[in-house]
Amino acid sequence: MPTPTEHGRPDPETTTLARSRDGRPVSDRGDTVCVIGAGASGLTALKNLAEHGFGVDCYERETGIGGAWNWRHDRSPVYASTHLISSRPFTQFPDFPMPDDWPDYPHHSQLLSYFERYADHFDLRRHIWFGTEVVRVEPVADDRWDVTTRSTGGYGPERTSRYAAVMIANGHNWSPKLPRYDGLAEYRGEVMHASSYKDPAQLRGKRVLVVGAGNTGCDIAVEAAQQASRCWHSTRRGYWYAPKYVFGRPADQVNDTLLALRVPLRVRQWLYHRTLRLTVGDLTRFGLPKPDHRVYETHPIANSQLVYYVGHGAITPVSDVTRFHAHSVELADGRQIDPELVVFATGYLPRFEFLDAKILGDDEEVGRPRLWLNAFVPNHPTLAVAGLVQPDSAIFPLAHWQAVLFARLLRLRTTRPERAAAFAARVSTGAGERYSGQVKDSTRHWFEVGHVDYLRALERALRDLEGK
Amino acid sequence: MTESSERARVVRSWEWARPVRPVRREVLSAIPELEEGHPPLLFVPGFGHGAWAYAEHWLGHTASRGFPAYAVSLRGHGGSGPAPEADLRAYAHDVAQVAAGLPRQAVLVGHGAGALVVAHALARYPARAAVLVAPVLGGWASFGAALRGNPFGTLPAVFGGGLRLSRRQLFSRELPEADARRYAGRLGRAARRAQWQLLTGAEPEAAVGRPPVLVLGSPDDRVVPASALTRAARRYGSAPLLFPGMGHDLMLDARWQEPIDALLDWLVKHPTDRR
Repeated sequence: MPTPTEHGRPDPETTTLARSRDGRPVSDRGDTVCVIGAGASGLTALKNLAEHGFGVDCYERETGIGGAWNWRHDRSPVYASTHLISSRPFTQFPDFPMPDDWPDYPHHSQLLSYFERYADHFDLRRHIWFGTEVVRVEPVADDRWDVTTRSTGGYGPERTSRYAAVMIANGHNWSPKLPRYDGLAEYRGEVMHASSYKDPAQLRGKRVLVVGAGNTGCDIAVEAAQQASRCWHSTRRGYWYAPKYVFGRPADQVNDTLLALRVPLRVRQWLYHRTLRLTVGDLTRFGLPKPDHRVYETHPIANSQLVYYVGHGAITPVSDVTRFHAHSVELADGRQIDPELVVFATGYLPRFEFLDAKILGDDEEVGRPRLWLNAFVPNHPTLAVAGLVQPDSAIFPLAHWQAVLFARLLRLRTTRPERAAAFAARVSTGAGERYSGQVKDSTRHWFEVGHVDYLRALERALRDLEGK
Repeated sequence: MTESSERARVVRSWEWARPVRPVRREVLSAIPELEEGHPPLLFVPGFGHGAWAYAEHWLGHTASRGFPAYAVSLRGHGGSGPAPEADLRAYAHDVAQVAAGLPRQAVLVGHGAGALVVAHALARYPARAAVLVAPVLGGWASFGAALRGNPFGTLPAVFGGGLRLSRRQLFSRELPEADARRYAGRLGRAARRAQWQLLTGAEPEAAVGRPPVLVLGSPDDRVVPASALTRAARRYGSAPLLFPGMGHDLMLDARWQEPIDALLDWLVKHPTDRR
């Protein structure tokens, strides 16, 4: 057995055969597949493509793996207390279990160590060019791709390599989405996006307004309840705040028991409402708005502590923000509050700045590609996106199966081209399909998926592809 | 393996909803002094045996040939925590847990019913390769063979008793009587449900990551007949490696060194490194 001990960088032979459109030399990487990003989705893409026999090159702008989950990275959105909101069985890669003595909801540092072990176990680092960012990805003849890279930060020369296929795994939780408000420029207090929130010390002793009721917004509101002198939590509408444990088990495990039994959505919604009513009770008594939708119709919020602190008066729920003044904030109900610090937990936007937006079907350039299974690109059979899903559970197993499907598709392009062609036709007809029940405000949550709906669709695609 | 057996199972709501409970696991190991870049081997004992069965000879020998060697005791066996309600899924969970905890992608080696546990674990962990030693893959044929060979040890298992194997089934006559008695004295038993699943359990799912699989055993094994070895090997598209004159417990029998050397030679020769 050859010894896989060297841990150097990959070393593409520079067989300069071709030139790019503007005449620069291109090193041809043959059948190698390019993976963009070495976060969770990129790592599983690397592992599964290599397992299917492909050569792989991965470009990572940071100097370590883990992407968003590596707190050392500039673009990492994690804060000191970040914990998973899905329990272990839903979070781990299907073929690499997390240690079973870890807690049900591991901490972000444990998740990073899990990805580090995954990378070492499958010897993935040797495929990764660290400190290298992708500048451009351009289609060339025969469904191949020219990928232009340079050192992160723009130092050094650009170099272009030609690949048989590209899997994009650049993540979607790094480009902050900031809402626009009248008067925000004149506001004299401190304003930050949740992406720069790292530690509860940033809130200590201050009057804090947290805007947004995503999982991050709720976490920050809870920390503000413990650290700040005052905490307002502004939400656009009422939400269902699901506890992390029900009936003595992690809530998502109880939910999947119902899914395994194929209990219809309406019945699950009824059971869920009933359970919340019996445990948390009616939230409108705290001044929280009544949800205007049924449960499962928005991205789930798993937070047992928010309601607890609202009940202790440590969090004051308030309505939407309408405008800012120099020393106060005006709310939709006309009230004025006077926070010193405003934290916008208003989410992130996916961005693919290295790629012509039209390639992904995002004709209006609003960051909303038109894909099948949120991964496959019409008319570009050798391009796929990993991890561009917002499931009601963890992304990692979904990204794993996206990579497996892409790897098998690429393999069948040579062995059974007719099957690959049928798949391509399916991609074109199915682009834009949704994989969840009815979703409130679905233009904003366009990549929201139900994990079981999505995985069932992917399983079908895998079986159709292989004719089984 | 045929292509059709690659059919992947994606949705596992039941398994997600009911994770296996952790139990303390005993893992014995022997690590070579010099890192030679060989993949680690994880040895999985059969029913009634613990990691000790490999610690006698195979672990040390494997390490002396430059391969990091580990052996796990399935829950309820050896030094692992008690688990009277364990089933095959829990055993396969133990194997996948230990394998994923090793620093490098591992080779799984299962003996006896431990080979069936390995076959199940292969669906949940992409092993670099797998070796099934005198595999008991379950089903009525192996039950028939066990009944013929040892009716008094086998029948009670049907009613929830322990599956008992006699010294004469496990070891050849070459093994000194004192050793045979000592080993037999250390045997425990598997959980009732797991024993039943040998008969009634579901077939193992397709292995992930297409690992090469080697089957080896003895034609004179009085637990696993030669025909069962051939059947097992054919399932993975190969022929069994045979070591005549040995009993079922190849890792404890007098000539223990021959099979382990053949196994390691196969690993060296076989392109298990996919680069």
